[in-house]
Amino acid sequence: MATIHIWGALRPCVGGAETIDLQAGTIGELMRLLEEQYPLTEPFIESGIAVSINGTIYQDSWQKSLPDNAEIYLLPRIAGG
Amino acid sequence: MNAENKLPKQVFRSVGTRPVRPDGVDKVTGRARYGADYDMPGQLVGRILRSPHPHATIKKIDITKAEQLPGVKAVITSKDLPDLTNGDEDLLAILENCMARKKAYYDGHAVAAVAAVDANTAKAALKLIEVEYKIHKHVTDVDKAADPKAPVLRKDCITEGVSPAPTKASNIAAQSEFGHGDVAKGFKQADHIVERNFRTEQTHQGYIEPHACVASVSPDGTGEMWVCTQGHFVFRQQCAQLLGLDMAKLRVTSSEIGGGFGGKTHLWLEPVAMALSRKANLPVKLVMTREDVFRASGPTSATSIDVKIGIKNDGTITAGEATLRYASGPWKGSWAALGAMTAFACYDLKNVKTTGIEVLVNRPKTTAYRAPSAPMAAFAVESVIDELADKIDMDAVQVRIKNAAGEGTQSSYGPVYGPIGIGPTLEAAASHPHMSAPLKENQGRGMACGFWFNFGGQSCTHINIDIDGSVTLTVGTIDVGGARASLSLVVAEEFGIDYEQVKTVIGDTSTLGYNEMTDGSRGTFASSMSAIASVRKAIDEMISRAAIMWDIPAEDIEWRDGHAHATGKGHANLAPLSIADIAARAGKTGGPIAGHTELNADGAGVSFATHICDVEVDPETGLTRVIRYTVIQDAGKAVHPTYVEGQFQGGATQGIGWALNEEYVYGEDGRLQNPGFLDYRIPVCSDLPMIDTQILEIPNPNHPYGIRGVGETSIVPPLAAIGNAVSNAFGVRMTHVPMSPPRILDALEKAETETA
Repeated sequence: MATIHIWGALRPCVGGAETIDLQAGTIGELMRLLEEQYPLTEPFIESGIAVSINGTIYQDSWQKSLPDNAEIYLLPRIAGG
Repeated sequence: MNAENKLPKQVFRSVGTRPVRPDGVDKVTGRARYGADYDMPGQLVGRILRSPHPHATIKKIDITKAEQLPGVKAVITSKDLPDLTNGDEDLLAILENCMARKKAYYDGHAVAAVAAVDANTAKAALKLIEVEYKIHKHVTDVDKAADPKAPVLRKDCITEGVSPAPTKASNIAAQSEFGHGDVAKGFKQADHIVERNFRTEQTHQGYIEPHACVASVSPDGTGEMWVCTQGHFVFRQQCAQLLGLDMAKLRVTSSEIGGGFGGKTHLWLEPVAMALSRKANLPVKLVMTREDVFRASGPTSATSIDVKIGIKNDGTITAGEATLRYASGPWKGSWAALGAMTAFACYDLKNVKTTGIEVLVNRPKTTAYRAPSAPMAAFAVESVIDELADKIDMDAVQVRIKNAAGEGTQSSYGPVYGPIGIGPTLEAAASHPHMSAPLKENQGRGMACGFWFNFGGQSCTHINIDIDGSVTLTVGTIDVGGARASLSLVVAEEFGIDYEQVKTVIGDTSTLGYNEMTDGSRGTFASSMSAIASVRKAIDEMISRAAIMWDIPAEDIEWRDGHAHATGKGHANLAPLSIADIAARAGKTGGPIAGHTELNADGAGVSFATHICDVEVDPETGLTRVIRYTVIQDAGKAVHPTYVEGQFQGGATQGIGWALNEEYVYGEDGRLQNPGFLDYRIPVCSDLPMIDTQILEIPNPNHPYGIRGVGETSIVPPLAAIGNAVSNAFGVRMTHVPMSPPRILDALEKAETETA
């Protein structure tokens, strides 16, 4: 079970929680479970959510595994110039 | 400081050298082909009609007379670009921006377009298009737009990110919060608190080459486009979706690029050129004028930022709080969220809270500008930190060192940092000779720090071993600032061959798998990661071929110094085989030799910089000149140090222009008053000193060579560094960018009045 930290704008989609617990082994599973359990997150997932695993930000690698006890943050997808 | 290198110390042969760039000769002799330099047989000239009103309903457009003008081959409106976005909100915003549908949302918003046999006919046709508008009240100021009494741009704009959701529409499109701890408690622990509002005006990336493309769409559903862009794969995908074409049937080729800085990550005119071509059944060239570029491409946000920071007498920051309002144009952006994430990212704060508020205004659609949103946030935060340092009589660098984030710090946007470089840049600044150089009358010195994320993303590269032993690398990331040289160095390094043996080219969209854009400082980071993997595959193949040539097991062969070496027992008489030796026999050993890779290049690693700036202010005129400037930044590993320095200098230069001069000026009528380089003044060489650079190399553990992106962070600190320098010269806190002569004089006058 991973504890997922949620950034402010996404919290209304998960009932206002700052963190949620999901049984996910990879980023892809995390996104699937997020959408299943919190359908309001779907537009955010569609437009892109970045995932920070122990401080390293992943924007696309949905096959990336979530290590046990990892620190996981969901963040807005980052734009660059 | 925390700068742990998790990579073993590497010794490089090519990486770190400074060869001449492969695109240099073409660029200085005029051979290089930019967006407007390409022609297709029979091509037409496109022109766009733009709204003169900042906010108006389009009641009717009559194109009959324009269509009847001899020489006109197509006239289009939004009806020729039907909504095929299938609920994709971001794509719909692009479509609406490229061609207004029910409403024109800003001065310069496209409402119709013409393709004709020549420019004069196209211009004449535009005058024959009759548009009936219903004009609405407009709002261009970010704070006024956020006011509940402001004219509302969109009746369906309900603020996202707040709970419960508002029941009434407003111009506040979204709100995001970040932070941790208890800021109220933190402020109670502070000995000093400074709270201020800062404003930054809207600026443009100021790339020298305007947007340009040539598009051709055939009746059989195929198409091609030549375009100046930061990402031709993204352009292909979005244009195909907007036009309803099969992606594989649309081939997009990127031209050379005369600057982008984020502004060419977005479609502005390309779908229009394609729709014109489809209707005319001929190719169409569309080129923006400079006025078009200012009025109708995407500048950065204007902002209004409230910052509050508390500090103890020993220099410990106890709490930081900021509310950041960023104008995003008429469509929802995520720019304030980025500002909120980056504002305090340099520091180790126990109590921090930031709120980003996205505000709709009647200005052009905002897009990325080099480390988007971070410079404005840094201006506010770094200015207040300097003011607090002054209050506790502590050196500005030392107060930052005391509070600098390090490995293990919980960042202000959430995650805990790994190894990062803010500390080393500050230590380098503290000991830099610039910090102790004498200053003269009316001169001041300031410094500031900056943060940017960097990212990697989808990348695909291909290595071809040519039969003479030379090597071609094909990448899908366009080269803005010397990437072809850097990537050739990386390939030469990995093969163990000379730089001159390698040619890097940018492939079109039919030659490679999908590549994300050259943005987020990802070009060299991501494509080099993919290129290294491609080289390794090609080496594996060459070892197999050498095994065939020698008739020995591949396990008895190793690759070093650009050659296959037989290492097993009994092979001592076998002379090493070069790439040319192996390539010459490729036809007899299995055919062409290549290496191909597709990957998601994640793990870019965050980036930090510290800048030092000296200014001289003329108290009579308010004219401020930067007389000395130093950039200190972590590059991970500088592949081509000259181009890394160029990125540092370029970012600082753009930041200096932003800080001192550049500004979108809107009249009461909501029209842009200065859409040209005479009235919107970017810095030129004679305005600037030589910008000194210091490259730090703290390897990125997520890249085989330790490379980090370097293209963006250097624009983050200049606004604050210059503001702090002016403040230190005159004891006046500058809170409004640009610090143009009138604003400097106003500030000096106010300070004199207060002193009196």
